[in-house]
Order: sequence, then C-alpha cells, then structure tokens
Amino acid sequence: MTRTDPADVPRPDALLHLGVFFQGVNHWTIWSDPSSGSQIDPASFLRVARTAERGLFDAFFLGDGLRLRESEGGVHELDVAGRPDSITQLSALAAATERIGLVSTSNTTFNEPGDLARRLAGLDLLSGGRAGWNVVTTHNAWTGENFRRGGFLDHADRYRRAEEFLSVARAVWDGWAEGVVAGSVDARSWAVPGGVGRVRSKGAHFDVDLVPTLPRSAQGHPVIFQAGDSGEGRDFAARQADVVFSAHGTDFDDALAFAEDIRRRLRAAGRAEDALRILPGTEIVIGATEKEAEEKERWVRLEQVTPAVALGIASRLWGLDLSGRDADGPLPTEDPVVAAYDGKFGTRQLGETRETVAEWRAKAEANGWSLRETVIELGPQRGHVGTPAGLAEKFARFVRHGALDGFNVSPYLVPDGLDDIVELLVPELQERGVYRTAYTGTTLREHLGLAPVG
Amino acid sequence: MPRPALRLAVEIDGDGAHPAAWRRAAHSPGELLTPRRLARVAAVAENAGFTLVTLDDSILPPGSDAGPAGRIGAVERAAFVAASTSVLGVAPVLATTYAEPFHVSSQLASLDHVSAGRAGWVVGVETDPAAARAWGRPPVGGPDATAREARDGLRVVRDLWDSWEDDAVIRSVATSRYLDRSRLHPIDFTGETYSVKGPSIVPRPPQGRPVVLARPGIVPAGLTDVSLIGGGSVADVVAAADDSTSPRAFAEIEVALDTPRETARERITDLERYAPWSARPDRLRYTGPATGLVSLLTELDGRVDGVRLHPLVLDEDLAVLSRLVLPELFVRRTAARPLPGTTLRASLGLPRPLSRFTTTDGAATTPVREEIR
Ligand SMILES: Cc1cc2nc3c(=O)[nH]c(=O)nc-3n(C[C@H](O)[C@H](O)[C@H](O)COP(=O)(O)O)c2cc1C
Repeated sequence: MTRTDPADVPRPDALLHLGVFFQGVNHWTIWSDPSSGSQIDPASFLRVARTAERGLFDAFFLGDGLRLRESEGGVHELDVAGRPDSITQLSALAAATERIGLVSTSNTTFNEPGDLARRLAGLDLLSGGRAGWNVVTTHNAWTGENFRRGGFLDHADRYRRAEEFLSVARAVWDGWAEGVVAGSVDARSWAVPGGVGRVRSKGAHFDVDLVPTLPRSAQGHPVIFQAGDSGEGRDFAARQADVVFSAHGTDFDDALAFAEDIRRRLRAAGRAEDALRILPGTEIVIGATEKEAEEKERWVRLEQVTPAVALGIASRLWGLDLSGRDADGPLPTEDPVVAAYDGKFGTRQLGETRETVAEWRAKAEANGWSLRETVIELGPQRGHVGTPAGLAEKFARFVRHGALDGFNVSPYLVPDGLDDIVELLVPELQERGVYRTAYTGTTLREHLGLAPVG
Repeated sequence: MPRPALRLAVEIDGDGAHPAAWRRAAHSPGELLTPRRLARVAAVAENAGFTLVTLDDSILPPGSDAGPAGRIGAVERAAFVAASTSVLGVAPVLATTYAEPFHVSSQLASLDHVSAGRAGWVVGVETDPAAARAWGRPPVGGPDATAREARDGLRVVRDLWDSWEDDAVIRSVATSRYLDRSRLHPIDFTGETYSVKGPSIVPRPPQGRPVVLARPGIVPAGLTDVSLIGGGSVADVVAAADDSTSPRAFAEIEVALDTPRETARERITDLERYAPWSARPDRLRYTGPATGLVSLLTELDGRVDGVRLHPLVLDEDLAVLSRLVLPELFVRRTAARPLPGTTLRASLGLPRPLSRFTTTDGAATTPVREEIR
C-alpha cells in the first residue's frame, strides 16, 4: 500500500478506537480448540477484559439474547450457548478493572425503563463512569415467551418503544441536580429538598412515575451504542446514539459508504458529524507473514464452519433438514423451501431466499466448491487478515479517511484470542501515531472523545 | 437436633439500620454511592469472618424524608462485592412483584457464576403502590396477589436454574456439538398471571441453586433454604426457629454496641435527635457492650443456625463486631468462619441440589465408586 500524502487525508490526526466483543452465541467462537476456555467462568471474562485494558482499549462489550437459539425442533447444539447477564457480569468487572469501558447489550422490548436505567446507572457509578449501553430491540414473539409481557412488537414499533425508553432513561439519569447531596453529616437533610426531580412520563409505550435514586456518574450518562442496520435503526442511531456498532468494517468502500450515510443522517437530525463514533464489529487474524496469516485464516474458517455447522447453515437457508448430507460434497439439488423467518435463530435475519440459493449454486459450480467451502466463501465477511504492520497501515487508512472510528473486535478464541492483537498490532498502530499510548481520560465517554453530556 | 456453630450474616445496605445512621458515618454523605465505600465495607465484613452480607433494595428511594435518597441496585452491588472478596457470601434483595422472573433468575445465576458459588437471594416483595408506578406496571394489590407473585416468581427462578443440567455443555468435538440438548429443559411454567417457557440463557449456577433466604410467610418454606426469623424476645426467636420448616433458621438481630468513646445508648440518643429508632416485632434488638452480644449469641447457639445482624451504624458497629465480638465467638467455637474455596451452600451445611430435571439416566454420569479400581 502506498502512503497517502497527509494533504489528501481528511482526518490526518484521527485515532483508532478499539473495543472487544466477548463473543456470545454463534459459530465464530471456536470452542473445539484445546486452548479454548470456559465461556462462563469469571476468569475468562477477567482475562479478556484485562488484556484489552493492557492494550488501552476503549471498551469491553457483552451481547445479549433472551432465549436460547433453536434449530431442528430443539435447542441449537452446535455453537457456544449460555452466558451471564451482562450488567451483573460487568458490575463484577468494574471491581477488577481500572479504565476500560464496560458495555452492556440490553433489550428495550423486554425491560422496563425505570429498572434498566437504574441498573445501568449503578454500573456507571460502580465503574467510575465507564458504563455503556448497546440498545437492542428484539421483537419476536418467540423471545416474548420468556416474559410476563409476552408478545412482540412489529419492526417499526420496536424502535418507537426504544426511543421512548431512552427518553425515560435519560430523565432518570438527569433526576438529581448537581450538588444535591449534602456536603457534611451536619446538614439539614441528606439531599437538598427539591433537588431530586420526579420523573413522570406517559407515552404510547410507558406510563411511569418515579423518583430517581442515583446521581449522575463521572461521565454524566452511560454511553449509548446502537447496533441495528435497517433504515429505522440508522435513523435511531443518528438521533440518539453515541456509537454505532455496525456490520460495515471489512471493505473500505462499504465502510465509507456506511459512514457517509450515517453522517448524512446525523446532519438531518441536527447533530454534528463528529457527535457519533462508528465501530464495526470485526475479526482480526494476525500472522508474522501474509502467507502465515492466510493459512491461519483458513484454519479459523475450517474450525468455525465444521461440516455440521455448514449443514446447519444450509438447512436454515434451504428450509430443509440437511443434517445427514455430505458437507464436503456438492450443494443439495432440491429447491429451497422458503420459510417465513421465525426468529428462533437469534436476532439477525439470514438472507433466506431462492436468489441466495441460486447465487450459491452458480458460484459453487464456477469455482468447484463443496457445500462447506461455499458456506465459508459466501458467508458474511468476517474482517481482516494480515501482518501487524500491514493491518496497522490498512486501519490507519480507514480511520484517517473517515470510513470508521475503530473496531469492536471479536476474538475467535476465548480467553486468549486478544493477546496477539494487543501484543503485536497495538504497537504497530502506536508507531503510526494512530493509537493512544496511554489512557488520557478515566471515563468511557472520554476514551471515545465524545462531548460531555449537556 | 443439635445445630453446628452459628453462621453470621450482616446487612450492609446504606449506612446502618438507623434511619439517621448517615449522621454518624465516617464518610461524607455522597461517598455512600461510591465503589470505594462499598469495597471497604465488604472488606471489613469479609475480614471479620462473616459468612455473608445481605443488601436491601427497592426501585423506590431508600430513606425517610431527611435520610439518604440514593441506592445502587443490590445485584450490581453484590456482583461488585463478589469480585472484591473471596470467601464472603453475597445476597441481594430482589422482588418478583414487578420484575421479570426470567431476568431475576439470570441475574442471580450470573451472580453465582461471578462469585464462584457464593450467591444468595433474599426474597423481597414490593407492597407500596408507588413501586408499581415506578415500574410502569399495573399494581399488584393485596396480600394474596403479592404472595402469588412472590411464589410464582420463586418457582420460575428455581426451575430456570435447574433448566440446564450440570453437564449440559459437552464440547463433543467428534460430533461437533457444544451442548447436549437433551440436558436442557423448557420449564413451561404457566401460572395465573403469566407463563415462562425457558430454558435459561445462563448455564446452571455453580451451587446448583443460589441460597434462597426469606422471612417466614412470604413464600412457601419448602422452596427456601434459610428462614429469616424474628421475635421480640429470645424465647420468641427460639420458638420461631423450632416452628420453621426451612432447612436453616437465622435470627434477625439489630445491634448497637458500645464503642471506645461512647456507649450504645449515647449513640442512639444522638441519632434520636433526628429520627426515632422504632423497634420491630420481627427483630431482636441488642444494645450494650460487646460482651453482652457475645453472651446473647452464645445463648442462641444450638437454637438457631445463624444470625443476621443489622448494625445501628455500619462504620461504628462493624468495627466493634470485627474487633471484639466475632473473634470471641470464633475462639469459643460458638460461630464459624467460612472456609476458603467453599460455596455459600457448603458454608451453611446445605447439600448441593441436583437439577429437578436430572433423571436417573442422567445420574449415571456421576461416578459409581464401586466400579473404580
Ligand atoms: C453488529 C451487530 C451486533 C448486534 N448484537 C446484538 C445483540 O447482542 N443482541 C441483540 O438482541 N441484538 C443484537 N443485534 C441486533 C440489532 O439490535 C437489531 O435488533 C437487528 O439488527 C435488527 O434490527 P434492524 O432491522 O434495525 O437491523 C446486533 C446487530 C448488529 C448489526
């Protein structure tokens, strides 16, 4: 790659921000390797969080899913499943880490704002202003079966509920005036009378009347992340979020187009273009040479997409039980049964259409791929592969051209999958002046370079 | 039946049991809501030899008019305390009156994981209609409905803990299966007001089930591990313990102790300038020198399984408990410290329950000793 002249670079001083997504439930987490550790032991979480903190990461991030994924009439068996409640786990990590941000994915459809706002504010205080909230909006009735409220919301309604939820949460976080707590034990009362405002909110989704029980944290409010990719999701982010956790971080042009789309939506929402950080999720495979990196990537893909996993993915695409087939043979010859998306396999919809199958067939035929190879080659783009120096150059270009602000890295191995990123990639980034050499703030908002909460 | 040495619990919410306790706290009022303060109290309790701490909670503000208006959620505090201690049990108050039992189950199972098996749950109920408004849910009115929500919530929570058998994660590389789905169970709970499908999204807690503590009458005794019994006199407490059908009975005791500089009476009088300290019929109260408390607890030894202390002012009484009371109880073997590396359940002498979904077939996975040569 040729070095760009600084004059052509829109953001020559931009810094890359890194977060780590402790992988949850999917086949990208390799559990079959002997070095793969427990997915639930607190030591695993601590190991990843401390490694990330050593690497001066902005954030440690946990996902959420309120029902175990199902396939072929039962709980899906092939992938990692089972994880801790995120705010509980992060509250423990608050005691065992110093600087790193702690981001919880929490659902607005199956929580209530008075309760969740309080839990997040508690995490924010316990961590000294390091909490973040990834606002997700799962809507399927199948998840609703685990909750009193049951039911579900349609696609548009769930963002309306999310927005109303967030506005109640913000009112809860703003309930205590500055300096409301007495300075000494001799004061007339613990809190200045009238200093705690009551929150009354009656809208389409919530009818709440409460007295907030916590002050603002060192960062004001928890940092708001958003992870939906639809138009409604992006508009929601442009209006409300501090960070977008996007799925557009592999291809430069795709990332730039996404970033420009978000900036357009920010302007339309009346916000500054730099009011929001874009951190796509990514996987990073590092080798000492390009060749070694590619070989490692090949190994990673084969471990992730085992024959059984490939058949499972094909079964969901075809709408047929293909579990007895040969994954290393050709694609099934049957026509797909186009089944309605039933929500049982997580929150992200697979592109289950006849066209996808037709495309798979054409490409497999042209390249002589087996079913498993097709699943690997045509699956979602997973991220970046290269040498530490090569990746650092590439990432510097991404960030300096405004295609993104950083990455939320998903290690494919738990708990040591982050080690080579911190030990090998971070120093190369630092050498190029595109990564911090020390934490300069104490709060997540400061790490991300976001403006203080008004 | 003879009972082993007492186990000691202490309530650490706020600044102490007196509504004006914050007036005598050794820190500025705002410090109450900081991690530093919480870690310090937890360290004192752990070092002193308490088996567990409990953390009161509600979505509503904790205090009376002039008292503390703030409180961090009990589960968040408990998880933080778990990560800053190593042998101390942690038991938050949670009510399923309005909270989703599915979330409550996940939170407590996760607390058990982060604490490596030191989690408990003090079953709470929300009786104030203001709690319904704060939750934004229709009010649960009257004792019957409140009891129903508490009972159903507890059943759901327990079943969800059981919904993963202990050995559900098989990591079978040969068959490409991380889980054995036959060891995961929908709970299919259907109550009067709601239903929950399951299974849990959190693997089975290390203790199988975190220790469930409750005041008598809130939930069926058969579903709890520790009954938090009380009474206005030692005789009442002993009678309540004899009546209790829970596996363990802990006596609730409010304590105000003489400190090197002031007597307990003087301290109470000082605080009563601000607010009365009303006696509760469901708690013993001890006021006086440390030696008297040692005598009281020695008298209770063998009659109850443990005590939960509610100190007048944490910063003052916890220090006296840790210097003068607990050491003496340990010297006399009236009470016992938790052993390093043990779960809360083990500290309380409670067996680790098998999942109720574990069948005899499943039991074949436990080693059969006779066959091992
Ligand atoms: C990168 C990424 C990560 C996500 N992580 C979660 C998650 O952990 N839990 C969850 O319930 N939804 C998660 N989602 C789902 C989104 O919150 C959203 O519900 C989904 O993308 C559908 O919304 P949309 O139609 O706006 O895209 C994630 C989405 C993206 C793009």
